[in-house]
Amino acid sequence: MDIQKIRSDFPILNRKVNDHPLVYFDNAATSQTPQVVIDCIVDYYSNYNANIHRGVHSLSQEATDKYEQARETIRAHFNAKFTREIIFTSGTTDGINLVAHGFSGLLKKGDELIVSALEHHSNIVPWQMLCESTGANLKVIPMNDQGILDMQAYNELLTDRTKLVFCNHVSNALGVINPISEIIKKAHHVGAAVLVDGAQATPHIKPNVQELDVDFYVASAHKMCGPTGVGMLYGKEQWLSKLPPYQGGGEMIAEVTFEKTTYADLPHKFEAGTPNICGGIAFGAAIDYMNEIGFAEIHDYEKELLDYGTSELKKIPGLKIYGETAHKAAVISFNLQGIHPYDVGSIVDKLGVAVRTGHHCAQPIMDYFKIPGTVRASFAFYNTKQEIDTLVSAVKLAQKMLS
Amino acid sequence: MTIQEIQNEIVDEFSMFDDWMQRYEYMIELGKSLPLIEDRYKTQANIIKGCQSKVWVHAELQDDKLVFTADSDAIITKGIIAILVRAFSNQSPQAIIDADTKFIDEIGLKEHLSPTRANGLVSMIKQLKLYAVAYQTQLN
Ligand SMILES: Cc1ncc(COP(=O)(O)O)c(C=O)c1O
Repeated sequence: MDIQKIRSDFPILNRKVNDHPLVYFDNAATSQTPQVVIDCIVDYYSNYNANIHRGVHSLSQEATDKYEQARETIRAHFNAKFTREIIFTSGTTDGINLVAHGFSGLLKKGDELIVSALEHHSNIVPWQMLCESTGANLKVIPMNDQGILDMQAYNELLTDRTKLVFCNHVSNALGVINPISEIIKKAHHVGAAVLVDGAQATPHIKPNVQELDVDFYVASAHKMCGPTGVGMLYGKEQWLSKLPPYQGGGEMIAEVTFEKTTYADLPHKFEAGTPNICGGIAFGAAIDYMNEIGFAEIHDYEKELLDYGTSELKKIPGLKIYGETAHKAAVISFNLQGIHPYDVGSIVDKLGVAVRTGHHCAQPIMDYFKIPGTVRASFAFYNTKQEIDTLVSAVKLAQKMLS
Repeated sequence: MTIQEIQNEIVDEFSMFDDWMQRYEYMIELGKSLPLIEDRYKTQANIIKGCQSKVWVHAELQDDKLVFTADSDAIITKGIIAILVRAFSNQSPQAIIDADTKFIDEIGLKEHLSPTRANGLVSMIKQLKLYAVAYQTQLN
């Protein structure tokens, strides 16, 4: 991997922040955008901006073709069986809400849903709302101090009342990779469906939805070098056919009269209104870009960054890493003893280092560790060891100033 | 001293520093002089919402003047609230209501004023002013 060439693909990496070169370690919140994706967005608005699936005119046809090509790119990337199993959404949160809404008619009082202790609020709250409206109960798979899920406890939670299990592929707060393959197999034994939140996995891993045999898989383009406001939901055809539409409107209908409306076939049934056309096309371009670099290469390089960052940060006395396991993505969540993560984040920002501080939308995890939050440095394939050195000296300075 | 005079004094002190590090170090120092809120007032109700770190503020009227005590679990936030308390404490509620907060900008802490900044300096100022409004109606 030619890291200098890759870095030159990302114009933002040239900028300065607070008079220092930007060190962007907040990739888990959103990734940066390569020039090819920016060009794709400019090209769309400059050359073929038109509404899709509606016009007979050439421009509309061109935009429709590009949009549907992007859907095919996503299908191929996730190895879904059919293109119609890929639904464009506005992001991970939207995809989860779509599925939760769909299940509201399929659940009854006393049914059970299982969630992991490691979830992002977006993979907790929609299900709580679903439980409230249906009378179903939410059960939690506990985790241990390393952020590893207790699979024994999971076995015991699974019963014939279990209807749905949802879990993230990679935890956003700790970076831990969850054993989703095992989670899915076991859920299927009791006839439950599984939704995997891939928001944090997809920047690092190429998931194979058929091999995983997962029922639903959701992700956001903006964490995979794509634009904000667009994402994908994969659903097995038999599930997507069973779920009712999410929103009503144009695009999602076959025929409308005031007496009765029949819905369009998959995937359009779930895509009401004019979608984020440009975003969807750019999502496809982002996936192409990442595949050109190669996920195996990305994995190896990020592993190097993770190992280096972990060992360098651990040299700082009083620094504790949360969720330090062998099986994790390039995310380091840590605290300095006796120092609030917010203070550390404020100081390192002054040196141009962007990290996330706080509870990372995963308050239950912070409650488990009895901390107000962590400092989270999340790496991407365009980061370097040199940048990690900058982070380490910035953290050392913060420690000196704050203790 | 009036609020304006105290603010000018703070601006003068900060003008001696020429980089952010000195400003932050001074702010951390000021945090140590913050009149601390009594533990019994560190309640959920006294936490200022909109801050990533916890900030508690308590106000009480002493001889028609409003006196603030506060604390935070983050050091920089404690410094910021200390600056605000220094500027606003021991003043009449009306003076606090009328005061402007341009000095924050002048001491180079503008970035903390941004509503997107999770420490919620804006929320702190609003809370101090809300206390002043509440006590002002009591005085009337
Ligand atoms: C694990 C996880 N799930 C869901 C989300 C929500 O994604 P979005 O805001 O793109 O809908 C995030 C984003 O931070 C995440 O990390």
